[in-house]
Amino acid sequence: MWTPTLAEAEILLLSLKVAAVSVVFSLPCGLLVAWFLARRRFPGRTALDALVHLPLILPPVVVGYLLLLFLGRNGIVGAWLYEVFGITIAFTWKGAAIASAVMGFPLMVRAIRLSLEGVDRGFESAARTLGAGPVRVFMTVTLPLILPGVLSGTILAFARSLGEFGATIAFVSNIPGETRTLPLALFTAIQSASGDATAARLVVISVVLALVTLIASEVMARRITVRFGA
Amino acid sequence: MITVDIHRRIGDFTLKAAFSTQSGVTVLFGRSGAGKSMLVDTLAGLVQPDGGRIIVGDRTLFDSEQGINLPPERRRLGYVFQNARLFPHLTVRRNLTYGMHRIPEDERRHGFDDIVSLLDISALLNRRPGQLSGGEKQRIAIGRALLASPKLLLMDEPLAALDEPLRNEIIPFIEDLRDSLKVPIVYVSHSVDEVLRLADTLVLISEGSVTACGPVETVMNDMALWPVAGGFEVGTVIAARVTGQDKVFGLTDLSFSGHRLRVPGLGVHIGSQLRLRVRARDVALALNRPTNISVLNVIEGKVSQIRDTGEPQVDVLVDIGVPLISRITRKSMHDLGLAPGRKVFAMIKAVAIDRNSIGHGGPVL
Repeated sequence: MWTPTLAEAEILLLSLKVAAVSVVFSLPCGLLVAWFLARRRFPGRTALDALVHLPLILPPVVVGYLLLLFLGRNGIVGAWLYEVFGITIAFTWKGAAIASAVMGFPLMVRAIRLSLEGVDRGFESAARTLGAGPVRVFMTVTLPLILPGVLSGTILAFARSLGEFGATIAFVSNIPGETRTLPLALFTAIQSASGDATAARLVVISVVLALVTLIASEVMARRITVRFGA
Repeated sequence: MITVDIHRRIGDFTLKAAFSTQSGVTVLFGRSGAGKSMLVDTLAGLVQPDGGRIIVGDRTLFDSEQGINLPPERRRLGYVFQNARLFPHLTVRRNLTYGMHRIPEDERRHGFDDIVSLLDISALLNRRPGQLSGGEKQRIAIGRALLASPKLLLMDEPLAALDEPLRNEIIPFIEDLRDSLKVPIVYVSHSVDEVLRLADTLVLISEGSVTACGPVETVMNDMALWPVAGGFEVGTVIAARVTGQDKVFGLTDLSFSGHRLRVPGLGVHIGSQLRLRVRARDVALALNRPTNISVLNVIEGKVSQIRDTGEPQVDVLVDIGVPLISRITRKSMHDLGLAPGRKVFAMIKAVAIDRNSIGHGGPVL
């Protein structure tokens, strides 16, 4: 039986942790931004839309470098965070999670927004006439109806996060045990003269991880479809 | 008691509606695009008018002068939509209780089990809306609205998406709501059958404005309103009482203003009151009492008015104690020399009056 070594397990767990944290924290923001883009007309809507999509178009290294400018120890926000809360983001796994979240955000928002735009507003009106206020309507009607979109957006962002390389290496560097996720470990292995075997093993782990994610999302999607009743 | 006086402008369409109505069923009647649905959405609070007021019972739901505008969730109006709008992610049971759970228990006016049995939906409780027929969906939508204990039930063409047999399946349930639960209803329709069977008060809407409001008989028999209403075929609505059953030939005897009218058997109790509609084209006229003819109903009257618009056919209003309209050709009018004041005999074929021409209720004249 083929088992990952301790070092490989550490890399795998770090990757999963970074991806999970990035998705968990970006999901509420994703819902909010998607809701505003889908439902509200406000000045600056186009600008917000463009900003959200920026990481999709910019080279990831640019995004990573911009994050470093803002959130690094000497960055505008980073310095403040360090002085007030004593929090350091750059060159830590938290920074890796933020880089992943930013890179996956457009994918998440797009999926949620599409499903929001597909919701028949009539169901929401019906819920209002039945005595539910706007927040309750969102929680009991809108959210359940867009669940498939939320799920696929989350999976996309999670997968994007597992593969994140450019922004991560630019923002938090490649620190073993802290920011060296799967893609970075693979990159390191390829760079070293004797790393072929290590690289091959990491490739296998990556493929298995991708397949597991795919299957898990399929299973969840099917459950939701069953719940809705064809 | 409902008082509505609102106006709203969208592009070049203006909705300007003012009417007030007692409890019972108020039907908003008009062609599609007349603004009926927008008016109901306004009552429900889903659409905000530019100004005016809406009062239901003792509650002001909207008043632009006093700055009152209750959101839909605080209006306590039930709304049955044309396409049911059942929540697809919830079971029938949870659809039904969605609004009920938001009403304090001592304010609930209808029990869950009562409504389920009234609407005959107990077998459907664990299904999902995706597994229901159109008629079942509509019954559940009605139940869901009722269980929220509304002060007024709004129904926007709830039968429009259903075919004829299903319609006839649902109408008795709505009659039940009106008669046994005593829920006031505002009902949008463009079907004369539904007006006949359900309405107490008829509000005629045309191009965004209320053109008439009053008891069904009064509004529907008003010749001046037909061009405005457009939707219904010309005819007379008569309130009558059931006076006898002819078992041998399967006929029912009705009486109104001293006349007897025989129609195909109805299966209703003697003494009950109903409303029937006689289409103008089913009424023929003669100058002498005809003999040896198959028409069962021959009623003597006097021509009171003729509406001649230059078309090949004319509408003759005959006074038989109540107004009765007959549509005949202009040629017949000339040949018979019909003119106001002329004595005539109106002939109504019994078989021309079918189940769809008859509704319950209405005062007997």
